[in-house]
Amino acid sequence: MNTTLTPNEIISRRVAQELSDGMLVNLGIGLPTQVANYLPKDMTVFLQSENGLIGLGARPPEGMEDEDLTDAGGSPVTAIPGAARIDSVFSFGLIRGGHLDMTVLGGLQVDSCGRLANWMIPGKMAPGMGGAMDLVSGAKRVIVAMQHTAKGAHKILNECTLPLTSQRSVSLIVTELAVIEPTENGLVLKELAPGISVETVIAATTAPLTISDSLSVMRLD
Amino acid sequence: MKKALPVDVVVEMIEPGSILMIGGFMGIGSPHRMIDALVEAGTKNLTVIANDTGKTNYGIGRLINSGQIKHLIASHIGLNPETQAKMFSGEITVDLVPQGNLAERIRAAGYGLGGVLVKTGMGTLVEESKQRVHVNGEDWLLELPLFADYALIHAHQADYLGNLAYQLTATNFNPVMAMAAKKVFCETNEIVPVGMITPNEVITPGAIVTELVAMPHRHH
Repeated sequence: MNTTLTPNEIISRRVAQELSDGMLVNLGIGLPTQVANYLPKDMTVFLQSENGLIGLGARPPEGMEDEDLTDAGGSPVTAIPGAARIDSVFSFGLIRGGHLDMTVLGGLQVDSCGRLANWMIPGKMAPGMGGAMDLVSGAKRVIVAMQHTAKGAHKILNECTLPLTSQRSVSLIVTELAVIEPTENGLVLKELAPGISVETVIAATTAPLTISDSLSVMRLD
Repeated sequence: MKKALPVDVVVEMIEPGSILMIGGFMGIGSPHRMIDALVEAGTKNLTVIANDTGKTNYGIGRLINSGQIKHLIASHIGLNPETQAKMFSGEITVDLVPQGNLAERIRAAGYGLGGVLVKTGMGTLVEESKQRVHVNGEDWLLELPLFADYALIHAHQADYLGNLAYQLTATNFNPVMAMAAKKVFCETNEIVPVGMITPNEVITPGAIVTELVAMPHRHH
């Protein structure tokens, strides 16, 4: 089945299974945003957009955009019925005050403790951290959704070579190869993508992996 | 009552070297007419506190292109390559601040707090040259207030008392910035007679708004 899915589709489908009814969730820009496409139709999830909305909806049809209703990237969005407008202080109060059930973020690197680096490449790329540091420090669960390697270069390392986003370990790492959970005893390999072997994951990962006793195959329906 | 003033008259009050807070998020809810007038006026050596710098030559990005900003405090400049180029060349000094810390530092200034204790940024580059505080058995990072001389904000509606109401995601940093500056200049999508914005709808009371920018003429 996964032969027809792109890496990003595999990741998005798997991350979507972590969401449940009634959750308040913040999806980062890019790959994490695609998670919304794979939620069951009957599930109510409150998507937060940190620029000031709870109840983020799909992109509006052309000609029906509202200049004052955008996502954190500045693109037009809609608000679902029952949505709430919030200002920046309240928005980050939700994030930092422990009210946000989950955030899904992209990643550049993760270390053997599950600490994320995703906001700068010194000397090359300094876009600013935006809300990423607040999200990783404050959300109840932090899920990193990223491709396992970058053009062959390992991203799951003993130590990050890039500046960390937070000292706090993330809750789960989902890639197109595997689901990995950071624990007190290091990174635990929990699930394999269909057709992927343990050896393939280990070969693509620099940080040591413990194989879970209940290792299973990713469900991608 | 407040008399709304032409936008060029309002921005002429801003001296070179001033510290400005400018509302908006990627240009949404930014005071675009005041930004344009400030570019026209050419006021230099500005320090700007804002969430971001919009896009190249758009929103706050116009003041980056015009070379009027010497120091920037912002959370995200990723969608404006010009800001990054000027930062790397040293033409502009930039403090990158996590968005929640930025909001709280502005709030601290506006609400009379000496600082805020936060977790965000602890153990990262953000902690450099900042103080750690041990409270209730936990380590916290001390973030200091951010004050401004002028807040240039945007609201959806104002009445002629200066009461302000905001619209959807154009709200963002505007209400908190109105609390943290010595003078507050506001432009709006419309100015309505007093009473049309109901007490429940007023987010920023007119008592703290210094000047209203007059609407461009719709009829001649």
